[in-house]
Amino acid sequence: MVMSHDDIFETVGKPLLNDGRIKISCRNVNVYYGEKRAIKDVSVDIAEKEVTSFIGPSGCGKSTFLCCINRMNDTIKDCRFEGNITIDGENIYDRTMDPVLLRARIGMVFQKPNPFPKSIYQNVAYGPRIHGLARNKSELDEIVITSLEKAGLFNEVKDQLDHPGTSLSGGQQQRLCIARAISVQPEIILMDEPCSALDPIATAKIEELIDELRQNYTIIIVTHSMQQAARVSQRTAFFHLGSLVEVDDTNTIFVNPEHRLTQDYITGRYG
Amino acid sequence: MTVRIQELEHLKEMLLKMAALVEASIRYSVESLVERESELAQQVIADDHKINAYDVHIDEECVRLLALKQPMGKDLRFITTAIKITTDLERIGDNSVNIAERAIELNKEPLLKPYIDIPRMSRIVQGMVRNSIDAFVNEDARLAREVIIRDDEVDDLNEMVWKELMLIMTKDPSTVSRAVKITYISKYLERIGDHATNIAETVVYMVEGKIIRHMLPDQI
Repeated sequence: MVMSHDDIFETVGKPLLNDGRIKISCRNVNVYYGEKRAIKDVSVDIAEKEVTSFIGPSGCGKSTFLCCINRMNDTIKDCRFEGNITIDGENIYDRTMDPVLLRARIGMVFQKPNPFPKSIYQNVAYGPRIHGLARNKSELDEIVITSLEKAGLFNEVKDQLDHPGTSLSGGQQQRLCIARAISVQPEIILMDEPCSALDPIATAKIEELIDELRQNYTIIIVTHSMQQAARVSQRTAFFHLGSLVEVDDTNTIFVNPEHRLTQDYITGRYG
Repeated sequence: MTVRIQELEHLKEMLLKMAALVEASIRYSVESLVERESELAQQVIADDHKINAYDVHIDEECVRLLALKQPMGKDLRFITTAIKITTDLERIGDNSVNIAERAIELNKEPLLKPYIDIPRMSRIVQGMVRNSIDAFVNEDARLAREVIIRDDEVDDLNEMVWKELMLIMTKDPSTVSRAVKITYISKYLERIGDHATNIAETVVYMVEGKIIRHMLPDQI
């Protein structure tokens, strides 16, 4: 099959949900970097309190699409967005939408752990403080402790909350970033390859954490590890050259996908 | 991680070799009965260990690929199918051994009647085994479905053999010992047909991702 960047693929599988579980609804999303069209007419629903994985080769647009959801692409010069994304039915690209408030509702965790150059406590307390979520010190303490507990880190750091965040191991730093993300009580957590810099044990801890977090949050994870997508997510979306080729239940994607390109990608016979 | 094409080809090759041995074991076990040549039956019994060795070896190879390559999609279905197929092939080998054992016993006694339906059943089930494996190797769901349909013929023949022998036994009780052994053989052949059908059903799953076991004929 000869493919070029001009190709657009019709999405197969189950991109749209009709069972009332929709948290995020994306319709006809196109993203351009200058002349280049990085996302091509993507329409997909993301279910509430579920983990959705985005998989696909480098440059397929999965991270670009992820960044549309919290409007991180706004900050990129020459990047242009077309289409419609709603969260709980509310258009996030509406003129009246404040991107800063939007990003408080949507936490983000990146590939490399990026704690602030501050203490463990201050890393988690920073967000709630600037968003005015705590009225006094004891409320702030409460938020910090709960967030660290939810991120499965509290027991490991409770005696060193004043130590720098950067003094922790890579896996702990990543859990600190997750604690920081959930401290502002988001509804959605976006994770862009959160384990690619971690060893297998730290990875396993993060994966268990993701599984626990989905009880309360809608999670989207971009990953290059198909095993990870298979382990942590309930739905999986496969991107290719800016198109969303196939979305379905994770089990269907990894056992019996519909599209030839998905089949080739997951069996490693791609390109 | 990618399962290399050569690894899948190697697996196919081993299954083909195992299937060839199994097919021969059916042929020779029935031939030893029809031709009253017990040495042939002895050979079938002696060669069963070769089939068992393939069973173990293929299972080990499949588990190795699952552990080291973590296959997905079609490769995953191929390897899980191979594991199931070897189990059925191994059981067919055991059924052939059972036929050979009964043949040795029957060959020591006078011929009850000329064998007509047993060799027919043998030819059909050999064809079913061959076609089910060909369907696997060539990923041919159409051929697999043909195998499933043929199983009815074997069931009908088994029924006929049973009724005919019942009649003989009722008329002359001195035939009971021999007639019961022949009904056993007929039953073993019928079981072989069932195993070939299992293989064919698994092949349909591998190719189409659709589980058709335990479905009514018009649903498959």
